[in-house]
Amino acid sequence: MSKKTDGNAYTVFFAVGMVVVVGALLAFLASFFKPTIDENKRIEKQQNILYAMGVNENDESSAIFVSKDVVGETFSKYITKQLVIQGGNVSEDEKAYLIDVKKEQTVAKEGGERRFPLFVGEKDGKKFYIAPIRGKGLWDAIWGYVAMDENMVVQGAYFDHKGETAGLGANIKLRFFMDDFIGEHLFKGEEFVGIEVSKSNNDPKNEDKTDNQVDAIAGATITGNGVSAMIKVELRNYVPYFTNLKTN
Amino acid sequence: MGLLSKKDAKLITDPFADNNPITIQVLGICSALAITAELKASLVMSISVLFVLGVGNVVISLMRNIIPSKIRIIVQLIVVATLVIIVDLVLKAFAYELSKTLGAFIGLIITNCIIMGRFEAFALGNGPWRSFLDGIGNALGYGVILIIVGFFRELLGAGTLFGIPVLGDPIEKTGLYAYGYENNGFMLLAPMALIVVGIIIWVQRSRNKALIEEH
Repeated sequence: MSKKTDGNAYTVFFAVGMVVVVGALLAFLASFFKPTIDENKRIEKQQNILYAMGVNENDESSAIFVSKDVVGETFSKYITKQLVIQGGNVSEDEKAYLIDVKKEQTVAKEGGERRFPLFVGEKDGKKFYIAPIRGKGLWDAIWGYVAMDENMVVQGAYFDHKGETAGLGANIKLRFFMDDFIGEHLFKGEEFVGIEVSKSNNDPKNEDKTDNQVDAIAGATITGNGVSAMIKVELRNYVPYFTNLKTN
Repeated sequence: MGLLSKKDAKLITDPFADNNPITIQVLGICSALAITAELKASLVMSISVLFVLGVGNVVISLMRNIIPSKIRIIVQLIVVATLVIIVDLVLKAFAYELSKTLGAFIGLIITNCIIMGRFEAFALGNGPWRSFLDGIGNALGYGVILIIVGFFRELLGAGTLFGIPVLGDPIEKTGLYAYGYENNGFMLLAPMALIVVGIIIWVQRSRNKALIEEH
């Protein structure tokens, strides 16, 4: 028994037709939604930066950003300066927060001079220096923002991820993990060592802030190592700026 | 169920019990392992699959007479992938926060064997309305198991439900932890989902002997 849909010509015709229809539909939808999606991403960046410096709507246990409606004005109120550091030169740029860290990392890999954005915020008379970081977790990219004071002592951190395991690696964006970084030192004496997400930490309540360690999440070893690595590798690049800041 | 004939109603109720996609048909195990470490993820995955399977079954059913049989699996795959991409785009544009939480799961739906299984076994041979009911029924049957597994894994593994601590604080030693109770970290690892699914299968088959296969 043969049906008309079994023929080779029909099959090829159907396949081509379907590809064209589906391709056109998806391309149309993607470009139709792109402006809205880009705007959402821009707002999210501002929310993340503000979150790291402690401007948020956090309740007792969960991390809550400043609302979408006021994020623009809140951002210009708290973020006093946006700097771009490139090859030792520091310049101001109002759009520094839009710099794509992933693209800059590629630039550096290809031998170019990478741009490092740094945001200077002020809250209750206290200065915050917020730097974006980016690295890789178990499945995909992880990134975040770290707010520091002049001595590179962490004042706040925000982490996010693209596809870490729910309930395990994905927990790096929960308060219990991010809050542990507050007060931690990036330096050990005079040496920059970063902060290690440690499984052999004897300080689960995180009372020792100068041990350069926070407690790891059980079952999320590789994501945790990714967090340690991105802090160490990315924030090291800002050390010259802070050294300069102290001597001047 | 006055709206549905007895036969149609069976399409919805069967996957809940005697023809459950996970415990009886053993489909969709991969996602049942991957995302049930917490209850919220289980719920979100169930809702996403409900949508994709319901709509996908209708689309395939409408196309069933024009799909060339030689390439039908690829056509099914394209339909799922297209639906998933559309859901992803719409969420990113209008519910950005939600799309961040869903993130990885949306993509995972494509690989869910239940979807291909139902397309192949049901939608290709039945009308749109019956296919829709079959899709909803199977997605609900899948969701129920996911939520049961998620409930036990999150409760026993992390002592929380929907991220809210329900057994006390394990570090401050309050609540149940004051009596020496400890979270079982093993529950958060994927193999434990299989054990929970296994227990559900055991309970189900001991209650309904007809489900036990003869050897």
